[in-house]
Amino acid sequence: MSNAALLERPQASSASDIAIDCRVDKIFYGKFLAVRDSVVPIEKGKITGFIGPSGCGKSTVLRSLNRMNDLIKGFRLEGKVNFLGQDIYAKGVDPVVVRRHIGMVFQQPNPFSMSVFENVAFGLKLNRFKGDIEERVEHALTRAALWDEVKDKLKASGLSLSGGQQQRLCIARAVATQPTVLLMDEPCSALDPIATRRIEELMLELKHDYTIALVTHNMQQAGRVADVTAFFSVDISHGGRTGYLVEMGQTQQVFEAPREQLTKEYIRGDFS
Amino acid sequence: MKATEAAEMGGRMKAPIAASKALSLGYNSLEPRALWNVLLTVGAWLVAALGSVPLFSVLYMLIVKGGARLGSALFNELPPAGFELGGGIGNAIQGTLVTVAIASLISIPIAILAAVYLAEFRPHSQIASIARFLSKVLTGFPSILAGVFVYAAVVLLMGSYSALAGGVALAVLMLPTITLTAEGAMQMVPQRMKDAAIGMGCTNAQVVWSVTLPTALPSVVTGVILAVARVAGESAPLLFTALFSNYWLRNIEEPTASLSILIYNFSSMPFENQIELAWAASLVLVLIVLTFNILSRFIGRPQV
Repeated sequence: MSNAALLERPQASSASDIAIDCRVDKIFYGKFLAVRDSVVPIEKGKITGFIGPSGCGKSTVLRSLNRMNDLIKGFRLEGKVNFLGQDIYAKGVDPVVVRRHIGMVFQQPNPFSMSVFENVAFGLKLNRFKGDIEERVEHALTRAALWDEVKDKLKASGLSLSGGQQQRLCIARAVATQPTVLLMDEPCSALDPIATRRIEELMLELKHDYTIALVTHNMQQAGRVADVTAFFSVDISHGGRTGYLVEMGQTQQVFEAPREQLTKEYIRGDFS
Repeated sequence: MKATEAAEMGGRMKAPIAASKALSLGYNSLEPRALWNVLLTVGAWLVAALGSVPLFSVLYMLIVKGGARLGSALFNELPPAGFELGGGIGNAIQGTLVTVAIASLISIPIAILAAVYLAEFRPHSQIASIARFLSKVLTGFPSILAGVFVYAAVVLLMGSYSALAGGVALAVLMLPTITLTAEGAMQMVPQRMKDAAIGMGCTNAQVVWSVTLPTALPSVVTGVILAVARVAGESAPLLFTALFSNYWLRNIEEPTASLSILIYNFSSMPFENQIELAWAASLVLVLIVLTFNILSRFIGRPQV
């Protein structure tokens, strides 16, 4: 595995607009069927928002996109997840390499217990980046709208920052290696409204360079930032709790003229 | 919650009767609960003071009896023979430091690797639970048996008592302590930090080396230092392994003196000079152990 090459973005073999073509038939945790029948194409250069009630499998689908679910015992996916034309669940695919191209920002801010600088440089060092690390770190922190706040304390621990700053640090850490896709799993759920606002502005800024998939429990957030929205729901008809995709489309269409009755009820706030 | 509610209810019910009396919010030292409070506070102070009596009396004795010999001769000179005056315990200090260093070199890498296996790689495997159980058993292992084991395994094999054998015996005692503290320290590293590293595209080994171990390092170092402090004062495992020597140590395959054995030997001699040296050696040993303990307090402080 040539590490330096990973820092260059891979080019899609086809000229399609889809960065990750996710075609889930079934996702199991052991014997439990967690998600079924969800075809979620993630378009390049756009923000795709995943909304839906708790337990609808939106996080599960998101975490299948960079094989983070592999860590969970009993996880099994039937279907295909094509990343730039290659099935990431195919035999011989190294999940570690997949994760280097598809970065992730988590629900809880989770900086490493190192300095601010080391946090951002972590991925670069991991990939044995040969260029100017300081420049890349500054660039990433600027992209994450954090540079002005931390430029005088790059040596301070990442854990000494406020919650919102920590989350932006995690975004800087994720974008430093310039992944193709950025997965964000409820990145604002642990933050106050002002910090949330900043992260939302940041996402709109980042989508010019990155493809973003965003899980949010907050429907209005999807309305504000997502270009495309996927609505998931839970099917409890067969005794289990199985999540599935109800409908997906341009955000405006999903919010204003949903095709499905269930979506209409959810958007109206009949259930959450 | 229930109790306070009940008390409030009681208060309210009595209120009409007490209404004739003026409301008193002052502190009444003769109330039973105020008396109890004073009594228990004083009791706790007394017991705490009592608990520190042995520590301070030992320190006091050591300083009074051994402090007089503290000087350059103590550290630079060899122990005196029978009726000689003066002399020092230089070779015993050297021997203790060398055997402890050998023990650390052997036990620290093994223990930390074992802890990585226990905490990170296969925490639920059968090997892990067996190793964890045996480590716990081994922490309470009589130290003299470590000496007997190493006597059979190393001394008989090499054909002589040696500093090396002493170091191995101490390593056997350090191994379980460091393994268990390091495992605990690594388990304390939040899972979300490990998730972040995995999300960045780290292999299992990279997660351990670049995130888990550095994050757990202060606590791991504390465990190491406490283990070192504990074995520095051991005498039983050295009796059959390092033996003793009246000369400087030139080669780790030779027997060596150590502070603890020197204290044992000299304190039972009929010569005033040797007994004084035993006191001074005790003081030096306590100072070494104390230094290690204080060091561990500083390093183990939580990092912000």
